[in-house]
Amino acid sequence: MAESLVLIEHDRQQVKRSSLHAITLAQQLGGEYELLVIGHVVNKISSSLVSLGATSVIVADDPALAEPLADRYATVIAEAVRKSGAKNILGTSSTFSKDILPRAAALLDAPMVTDVVAIEQMDGSISYRRPINAGSMFAKVKVEGERRVLTVRAAAFETPAANAAPCPIVRFDVDAESLPNGMRFISREERKSDRPDLTEARVVVSGGRPLKDKETFERLVGGLADALGGAIGATRAAVDAGMAPNDYQIGQTGKVVAPELYIALGISGAIQHLAGIKDSRIIVAINKDPDAPICQTATYFLVGDLYQIVPQLIESIRRA
Amino acid sequence: MKILVPFKSVPDPNDATFAGEAASASKSVINPFDEIAIEEALRIRERGEATEIVGVTIGAPSVDEQIRAALAMGVDRAIRIDDARALDPYAVARILRAVVEKEAPHVVIMGKQAVDDDSNQVGQILAGLLGWPQATFVSSIEFLDNKTRARCTRETDAGLEVVELDLPAIITTDLRLNEPRYVSLPGLIRARRKPIEVLTCDQVGVNVRPLTTVLAVARPPKRPAGTRVESVEELITKLKQEAKVI
Ligand SMILES: Cc1cc2nc3c(=O)[nH]c(=O)nc-3n(C[C@H](O)[C@H](O)[C@H](O)COP(=O)(O)OP(=O)(O)OC[C@H]3O[C@@H](n4cnc5c(N)ncnc54)[C@H](O)[C@@H]3O)c2cc1C
Ligand SMILES: Nc1ncnc2c1ncn2[C@@H]1O[C@H](COP(=O)(O)O)[C@@H](O)[C@H]1O
Repeated sequence: MAESLVLIEHDRQQVKRSSLHAITLAQQLGGEYELLVIGHVVNKISSSLVSLGATSVIVADDPALAEPLADRYATVIAEAVRKSGAKNILGTSSTFSKDILPRAAALLDAPMVTDVVAIEQMDGSISYRRPINAGSMFAKVKVEGERRVLTVRAAAFETPAANAAPCPIVRFDVDAESLPNGMRFISREERKSDRPDLTEARVVVSGGRPLKDKETFERLVGGLADALGGAIGATRAAVDAGMAPNDYQIGQTGKVVAPELYIALGISGAIQHLAGIKDSRIIVAINKDPDAPICQTATYFLVGDLYQIVPQLIESIRRA
Repeated sequence: MKILVPFKSVPDPNDATFAGEAASASKSVINPFDEIAIEEALRIRERGEATEIVGVTIGAPSVDEQIRAALAMGVDRAIRIDDARALDPYAVARILRAVVEKEAPHVVIMGKQAVDDDSNQVGQILAGLLGWPQATFVSSIEFLDNKTRARCTRETDAGLEVVELDLPAIITTDLRLNEPRYVSLPGLIRARRKPIEVLTCDQVGVNVRPLTTVLAVARPPKRPAGTRVESVEELITKLKQEAKVI
């Protein structure tokens, strides 16, 4: 019987790499673990998962599961967990797992811990560390009950090695007729970008309120990101003002990033924004105000007008 | 149409003490995402699609100030489930289910997350317990077919997604759904006459124990103070030679 079941996220073409980080928690918790893939026509996706050390890759493949509707996916997860007997139901924090896993927790009558960044094992009992209050504090929590649902912060757990002997792919039969039917997928609006995925990028360049409009944002933030081969992020203020799309938002209520290099252009450093960047290795701030809170968090800060500094920076990097 | 809006009283995220051990001692406000939920309910009523907005919060008598604020914004009446325990999302959702069963709303609109515990669970758990459809992280809501369905735009990691839900359903709000109005003086005066019903868990027929215990709370390690650089050249040199990132 598997100890843990890890929900894998994909975009219908390929596995989302960040969703593999939860496997590392399954390894730390000990015992066997299974991976669960839900979708339609996911053969290629499932076969890409066989050497991650799981005992099996469970695949629920049905036209009724083509889109990630929470009511159906949660039902499938709960059934898969009951069948496998898993005690830990794991996923990596993302809008996908945040939407679906609490619902599965309801069906399993299990408590859930969001955004686990570390575990501590003492005398056979486990506690989980997680950020609260916009990441300004960590809480150490324990949960009761036979089962628990956990999501992890990708930045806090490595990607697992993919060198295990291939495991079997097991089909999980779904009775499409019995699935809930109250939600319908209508459409999706996603931009295709040549830039790296924000949550996996080595370099992230972000812009804040003073970037003014979409064109300026793209020219300066986008220009610097491209010079460094990085991804683009934004503050809530920049997204609210329409300079950048919602999926660029970094922070307490947006994405969490932990790149090697994070560059903040015209960002004050509100705790809600810092919540999403604190684990970056090097943080650079360019701000005209030396007293902006971001300058306390940054590894290096340069005081001045970003409209003058950023073009120079792009130019110097391109020349080098 | 009747709308139920659950809301939580949280330490003010704009207060300096929010980030620290003394957070619980800072001034309380309605959780910002719940304020957005209240605002959305008011707008739905203002466009003639809702007849009643009921607010519900679970907490000690000290949350009365936030109840008054919700009523002053325009919520018609409020219920407080009198429970001073440290509840987890597991327990909150089970208490809210009992309130939903009692009130039978057509739609529940609530925040996607409480900014103090940052769990982002209750709406989804509640939907699962009730077996109702859900739309999380919503940035627009439209009712269709004589209010038997809701069409919602959701903010996801990849962009935007549109889903339709059969009602009754649970909707959780994201930041871009609206900008909440300020409480007005006439609103505050009207709020004084609006009813607040105080009920115990027993009275709504729920007996639940939280399954999560917070053992300790601590500050994360502080990042070392930053180094100020004076020019673009100096910055590039540091990034190359000291940090070795470019
Ligand atoms: C419930 C809630 C959730 C939130 N979630 C998030 C979140 O997930 N992510 C997030 O980012 N925010 C979030 N916020 C908002 C957050 O509190 C801040 O308001 C926001 O991060 C500020 O964005 P900003 O730094 O772009 O703008 P500002 O705070 O206005 O800062 C702009 C900065 O630019 C500098 N500046 C101005 N002009 C120039 C120039 N020409 N050159 C150089 N520097 C210049 C200024 O000195 C200032 O420091 C949330 C808020 C709430 C209440
Ligand atoms: N004590 C409470 N009373 C009423 N609603 C609550 C309470 N706690 C949480 N909620 C609701 O659940 C949402 C999500 O909270 P959470 O899952 O804790 O992040 C909040 O935005 C509120 O709408």
